[in-house]
Amino acid sequence: MTATPVLALRGVFKRFGAVQALTDVDLEIHAGEVVALVGDNGAGKSTLVKTIAGVHPIDEGVIEWEGRKVTVDRPQDAQHLGIATVYQDLALADNIDVVGNLFLGREIRRWGVLNEVEMERRSRELLDSLSIRIPSVRIPIASLSGGQRQVVAIARSMLGEPKLVILDEPTAALGVEQTAQVLDLVERLRSRGLAVLLISHNMADVKAVADRVAVLRLGGNNGVFDVRTTSQEEIIAAITGATDNAVTRRASRTAEVQK
Amino acid sequence: MSIDKTSAPRHRAVDAPEAAEGAVAAVDPRLLVQEQGFGGYVTEFKRKIKAGELGSIPVIVGLIVIAVIFTSLNSSFLGAGNITDILVQMSGTGLIATGIVFVLLLGEIDLSVGSVSGLSSAIFAVLAITHGMNEVLALILALVSGAVAGAIHGFFFARIGVPAFAVTLAGLLFWSGLMLQVLGPSGTINIPNDNVVYKLENYFFSDVAAAYILALVAVVVYFWASFSGNRKRQRAGVPFRPVADTIMRTVLVAVAAFGVAVIFNQYKGLPLAVVIFVGLLVITDFVLRRTTYGRKIFALGGSVEASRRAGINVTWIRISVFMISGGFASLGGLFLASQIAAANQGAGAGNLLMNSIAAAVIGGTSLFGGRGRTWNALLGVLVIISIQVGLGIQGVAAPIVSMVTGAVLLATVVIDAITRKTQRSAGRA
Repeated sequence: MTATPVLALRGVFKRFGAVQALTDVDLEIHAGEVVALVGDNGAGKSTLVKTIAGVHPIDEGVIEWEGRKVTVDRPQDAQHLGIATVYQDLALADNIDVVGNLFLGREIRRWGVLNEVEMERRSRELLDSLSIRIPSVRIPIASLSGGQRQVVAIARSMLGEPKLVILDEPTAALGVEQTAQVLDLVERLRSRGLAVLLISHNMADVKAVADRVAVLRLGGNNGVFDVRTTSQEEIIAAITGATDNAVTRRASRTAEVQK
Repeated sequence: MSIDKTSAPRHRAVDAPEAAEGAVAAVDPRLLVQEQGFGGYVTEFKRKIKAGELGSIPVIVGLIVIAVIFTSLNSSFLGAGNITDILVQMSGTGLIATGIVFVLLLGEIDLSVGSVSGLSSAIFAVLAITHGMNEVLALILALVSGAVAGAIHGFFFARIGVPAFAVTLAGLLFWSGLMLQVLGPSGTINIPNDNVVYKLENYFFSDVAAAYILALVAVVVYFWASFSGNRKRQRAGVPFRPVADTIMRTVLVAVAAFGVAVIFNQYKGLPLAVVIFVGLLVITDFVLRRTTYGRKIFALGGSVEASRRAGINVTWIRISVFMISGGFASLGGLFLASQIAAANQGAGAGNLLMNSIAAAVIGGTSLFGGRGRTWNALLGVLVIISIQVGLGIQGVAAPIVSMVTGAVLLATVVIDAITRKTQRSAGRA
């Protein structure tokens, strides 16, 4: 692990009107590391991702990229730095084939005309290098399964040669086999030396691929854990608030009743 | 975009793994790959029918049925004169339908094309004939007026966010009113037969060589484009079509091109209207499928959000598509004015709007955006005009013609809905 993190957030605040969405949040992600970002609904995961991706500029605090302070006010800023974000809704055009979707918005042209051959060749190279198996690069996205769409969306983010990939709930709507495909891909991204920020609700996924888990609770940090040495229960306790979860509430309620 | 006509692996799905050395690496063993040779086409065709990928097949079958029925009623239906008339008459409505295809690709609709076409013919006639302006300049101004009308629709739709249906409905009323205003009290302006617009539908290249040379050029260009394209694919190591495939397609194109050329030459020669219409279809098809602009239109028809995230200027693409639609509507309007050699108060009214939209849809353009080609406009309008002309020869009255056209449109949409269902169950929707 390199000493300087690829991305570091220090004391980040974000407020929407009356809602304090993020309060003094710190986060560090290193190259070749998968950091899982977990938290209950409304804990601020999506807001945090959007501040990194440049959708919502931060109000206070510092974003450091490879050790130097940067401002990320627009999605383009994040892209220029080398941050690629794959949102939950994937944003693929169903009617266009895989090649067309991979290169959407950055088509390769020759004399002003689409160079389909070169795009197809590079698409195959890219998918091969990520060991992604799909029936053909020339079938429309509509004919792919959910897992295949997810890996295409992730592959698409790789075309910009990013250093940090943010995956927003990549396995949320997937079956067992498809989830496995996506998790394999996450591991391949890590072995390529990329930093990965994985937002997930699924503890099994987090335990399977993440190196560290950053927990958000009510817009603030609630601990960063090493996955290998931390039990699932401890992480869940941090997500829900150790003394304030269903079990402790029930326990205290039954205790009250018995009194 | 041909998907499955790959030539790399020569085997069926079952024995795929053994061929790894020569084949392209990324091909999934589960993928159905087409066999070589004629047998491959038959199995491929059967698979496509089963999966509901009918493409243009229903329209072509429909055209054959129309031809058979009307020829059995009157043998002159397939005569050179009648076929030429149909092809010339269809170009006006066909051009309007071409613009409609662009709008339908976005998943939107343009109801104003009829009125805009009428307005342009009126503007041209008033400028060139009443005021004696230079004909070519007047023609250009008429086309610009259509594009401007489209830009106005596009602005209200893309910038203000008014539904395209409502904006263009307002346009339908407004532009037809403006047309009457422009024409003034006389109501009809005749176009003399030395006028450039008169020539649009009434000029024929009477020299026999013209049609043959054009057919030859088309065949050579087609062959060269697909041959060199496939060689490039072969060199880059991506799936390509075998040369035999290219030759077979070229032969089909040649039969069609020279067949039509022979028919034209038996009558008055090569019609200018058909040259312009088909030439514009070639250009628009190229723009839609081979340029970034066309790719953006398809992307917008598939997913607005995906397009926006990919950095596509959604507003500009939408406005420009409505400008294209308006421009083609004007050009079509000038062709229709040429057909009756006049700009009159009835221009752009009646069934013109519905026929143009029906032509695009009958040809196979999806109403839901993202699927279609400009060639659909040609096939669709061919169906509609053939029915009109055929029923006209039989002396059938206009109301019946309208009812028959309506029934054909319904049949097309029903076929479309059914194939969509099949496609969905075959995982290709």
